[in-house]
Amino acid sequence: MDTPVPLSQAPLHVWASPATIQCGFPSPAEDHRQKRLDLNDFLIHQADATFFMRVRGSSMRDADIDDGDYVIVDRSIQAQHGHIIVAVVDGEFTIKRLFRKRGCVRLLAANPTFPNIEFKEGQELIVWGVVTWAFKNITPVA
Amino acid sequence: MGIQEHHPRRIALIDGNSFYCSCERVMRPALEGKPLIVLSNNDGCAIARTQEAKDLGIKMGDPWFKIKHLADSRGLIALSANFSLYGDLSQRMMNVIGQFSPMQEIYSIDESFADLTGTPGTGRELGTAIRDRVKQWVGIPTCVGLGPTKTLAKSANFLAKKIPRLLGVCDLTTLDAPARLKAIRHIAIEDVWGVGRRLAPQLRELGIHTAADLAQADQRVIRDTFSIVLAKTARELAGESCIAWEDEPPDKQQIMCSRSFGQPITEKRELLQALSVFVTGAAEKLRRQQSFTDTVQIFIRTSPFREGKHYTGSVVIRLVETTSDTAALIAAVADGLSSVYRPDILYAKAGVCLMNIQSERAASAQLDLFSRNSADSPPGYARLMSAMDNLNARFGRSTVVPADAFVARASTWSMRQERMTPAYTTDWEQVVEVWR
Repeated sequence: MDTPVPLSQAPLHVWASPATIQCGFPSPAEDHRQKRLDLNDFLIHQADATFFMRVRGSSMRDADIDDGDYVIVDRSIQAQHGHIIVAVVDGEFTIKRLFRKRGCVRLLAANPTFPNIEFKEGQELIVWGVVTWAFKNITPVA
Repeated sequence: MGIQEHHPRRIALIDGNSFYCSCERVMRPALEGKPLIVLSNNDGCAIARTQEAKDLGIKMGDPWFKIKHLADSRGLIALSANFSLYGDLSQRMMNVIGQFSPMQEIYSIDESFADLTGTPGTGRELGTAIRDRVKQWVGIPTCVGLGPTKTLAKSANFLAKKIPRLLGVCDLTTLDAPARLKAIRHIAIEDVWGVGRRLAPQLRELGIHTAADLAQADQRVIRDTFSIVLAKTARELAGESCIAWEDEPPDKQQIMCSRSFGQPITEKRELLQALSVFVTGAAEKLRRQQSFTDTVQIFIRTSPFREGKHYTGSVVIRLVETTSDTAALIAAVADGLSSVYRPDILYAKAGVCLMNIQSERAASAQLDLFSRNSADSPPGYARLMSAMDNLNARFGRSTVVPADAFVARASTWSMRQERMTPAYTTDWEQVVEVWR
């Protein structure tokens, strides 16, 4: 609602609802309470290409992805320089930041104690998917 | 009329390569390049094989105890069937294919027809685009066959799989009739869709050895000696479309029944009705081929071509015991629907797939509250079902369930599945862990 809408003089009932009410003539459709926010709508864009994984270890610590966190991986996205990705290296999954510039391909850990992974000429980088979100439980463990 | 005339029919058949094995490889990339098989329930026999396993001489249905030695000597890896994973990845694959055509028919867990008549692009371009997107989004390698009829699409798919230089896509729609016959001469008669091993010897006696021979055979002889169905197959191979959309011989390993709705459905009650019709039809096919199942998948989904919220709900329901009983299957479907149904969504399509079909029923006592032959007396059964639904609607889910359905939820404790991979995509406790 960008433009102001004149309100009628008559008293107006307003439901506790985020529905927009115009001109004092609520449409019957707005009798419904709006649906609750759904995290799926917010976090997932291509459900058919989206997978969840759980991170183990601290190689991405400085990217705020810690041991035990979950990540959302979207395979429909083309991996680009700077994306955090899940790659397959020697048959195993690894989560790293993709560096791809001037013909150079590297997987960067976000923790100085972990080595980066270099790709030589002819070595193929297998991108499994692009990490779009990470989430963690911040409730202290009792 | 006009539009149809300008665009000759172009039907694609897309299928996943070694589908169950490919699903395992998506979630466990270390299995790439290794000889891998998936075993039937109770780890009985091989129901899926990678090329590497085929190269070891392993045949479909080989019992595990006979090939077990290959695990030590040749590095063969055997996994227990993980149907919740296969069902989920199947649903993803089908949805991605559905993005390319509103006319999609899901034929089995790993096969789908898509009508691409009039879609811009050559057959090869479209086939490659579908193949690439399924591989990228879902991770499953596929082959695509295109033809002017369903049977020719199936044939093209067969060729795409057999001939490596086709790079997974074979388009028979661009060929004229003589060139097409030349192409399908490479398909042995027992490999033709709807022919199978049973009819093949008889056909060979008549001098019909290949798909091309059947296409050129005397239609009347085929019809009189065999059946109208086989005569239709012959006509389809000759380029005349006569197998209707969503009406064809059932696949042997799974039976799929799915339909797009004429009008979108939102009510759970209506969805259950549709799914019950599908599963009833599927159960009939199952009994017709004297088989049993213990695994049912259902899905409900919105149209990818409509504006608004997109949603797919899909779930695999395991029954502890094999059955071909409509009552038990409907109960399983109702149970599954309750777990995936969301209100206020315009569902455009739904389907049921009977998976893990076997020719023998597991030999153990069956709880049998309702008559075994309940499927044979639909009126009484329908009333029973509706009474049950009403009670459940009023007093909460699962207040009343048939004994069979009750067993279905008692999970899989009795099944031997020592080699099963986790439910990577359907259980939070079992998602893939990335270690490095």
